[in-house]
Amino acid sequence: MAKIKYIEHNGKEHVVDVKPGMSVMEGAVKNLIPGIDADCGGACACATCHVYVDQAWTGKIEPMQEMEKTMLDFAEAVESNSRLSCQIKVTEALDGFVVRMPKSQH
Amino acid sequence: MSDSVVIVGAGQAASQLVASLRTEGYAGTITVVGDEPYIPYQRPPLSKAFLAGDLARERLFIKPEEFYAEAKCHLVLNTRAVAIDRARKVVKLTDDLELNYTTLVLATGSRVRNLPLPGGDLPGCFYLRGIADVEHLQNRIAPGASLVIIGAGYIGLEVAAVAVKRGLKVTVLEALPRVMARAACAEVSAFYLETHRKAGVDIRLNTKLEAIEKNGDALMVRTSEGPLPADTVLIGVGIVPNVELAVVAGLKVDNGIVVDQFGRTDDPAIYAIGDCASLPNTYAPGGRVRLECVQNAIDQAKHTAATICGKPKPYNEVPWFWSDQYDLKLQIAGLHSGGGQLVLRGNPADRSFAVFHLEDGVIVAVEAVNAAPEYMMGRRLIAARARVAPDRLADKAVPMKDMA
Ligand SMILES: Cc1cc2nc3c(=O)[nH]c(=O)nc-3n(C[C@H](O)[C@H](O)[C@H](O)COP(=O)(O)OP(=O)(O)OC[C@H]3O[C@@H](n4cnc5c(N)ncnc54)[C@H](O)[C@@H]3O)c2cc1C
Ligand code: FES
Repeated sequence: MAKIKYIEHNGKEHVVDVKPGMSVMEGAVKNLIPGIDADCGGACACATCHVYVDQAWTGKIEPMQEMEKTMLDFAEAVESNSRLSCQIKVTEALDGFVVRMPKSQH
Repeated sequence: MSDSVVIVGAGQAASQLVASLRTEGYAGTITVVGDEPYIPYQRPPLSKAFLAGDLARERLFIKPEEFYAEAKCHLVLNTRAVAIDRARKVVKLTDDLELNYTTLVLATGSRVRNLPLPGGDLPGCFYLRGIADVEHLQNRIAPGASLVIIGAGYIGLEVAAVAVKRGLKVTVLEALPRVMARAACAEVSAFYLETHRKAGVDIRLNTKLEAIEKNGDALMVRTSEGPLPADTVLIGVGIVPNVELAVVAGLKVDNGIVVDQFGRTDDPAIYAIGDCASLPNTYAPGGRVRLECVQNAIDQAKHTAATICGKPKPYNEVPWFWSDQYDLKLQIAGLHSGGGQLVLRGNPADRSFAVFHLEDGVIVAVEAVNAAPEYMMGRRLIAARARVAPDRLADKAVPMKDMA
């Protein structure tokens, strides 16, 4: 299990255990954490699972594939630490991972 | 009696409606009636990662079971709604149960179109719509086995991609002269035909079926081009909307259950959302359309929830859709009449390109293959009914971001 902290746009924090193999997006959805829509269910086709990765973690996760990079390019309020959470796979090494959610996914 | 919403069908649209009703502040009771044994799940992975065995069943569920408890939503699964008594505002269920409603939402989705072919119902012939279908099919997806797929639509081709990768001998039979003829333009069809053939899938176009027969323990598919032995046959020849409840109840039905831009049928207490609904859409040729995609199920549910909560919100979005085959992501947005001008951007040989549809100079649709900028920017341009000169649109030296 990896403990992941999700911080809503309003500052509300949720710390949950997520099973390795799941995506960071699924960790939020399965734990009823608001702020991630995930309309396409993780197919990297909708860009409604946008999150900001905590600066301490940006260099420590798998880099983006081309499809994720180009989808994100067209999402709203994108920052240098933006990711599509369905494309971040949870591993034991992600224990303590922190993400913030944007104001809106649309 | 308190206000109550009853939702018939427990799929993609229903689960979004439950979530949106509560976020919009709906305080009455919510009941969802579904005839499958599962809580609402996503269908797109069924012909992709779930069939391939790369996704466990529990990961298909759109929301966890606790979500429905938390939303105080009563789930009645394994149960069909069989009739609506509009005068009494009651839905009748299979086991003689009755549910009272203030508002009824039909989210019954669609079902596979049956292939009227002698032998089409023999053991070994399958359709693909639900979890149960895939679980039966998975037992037969063994390396070396032969699979004949009837219909080169996107579901048939997604299954072909999974099966050929798994080492099956895959043949696809299509009556029309090209693959994905309904969803894609000729350029994109030709690209996918070549991709599948290179991967080892035997695609036979312009092929007429005569019958399916027993052949020992296996099957024999008889076609205009001769017989074809098969261990398994998968039939994917389209879907039909589940509109029977509405028809019997006397609601207006024309291809789908006819609704207005708020999702309302001609009975003000009854709504219809998702695959089963025919809705007005100003981006559709003719102004009305029935859609078969996740985007529509989700967005229509959101708008209908707002309307039910007294905050009517007209629904008029650019529809979008995707299909995953091999390492290719096809993303389609917008609707077109088929008669517009086609503009190719990029080169199919690079395995990344897009085709835009222009009607009277306006961008109305885009089909993008591994081309997210074209797809994402295309969606915006379609929504804005933008005009971009065809030679500019085709020019890869001009970034998509600069097209607005
Ligand atoms: C194999 C496959 C792959 C797909 N891939 C994609 C894709 O890549 N991208 C995309 O956008 N879309 C895809 N789709 C389409 C997408 O899944 C549908 O558009 C979406 O599920 C529609 O949601 P819905 O809620 O309207 O219907 P459904 O999700 O089908 O739910 C309707 C439910 O209602 C039930 N029901 C019907 N009548 C009754 C009754 N009388 N009483 C009780 N219950 C009833 C049905 O059994 C069903 O469970 C795919 C579909 C399939 C089958
Ligand atoms: S869930 Fe759609 S892109 Fe991540």
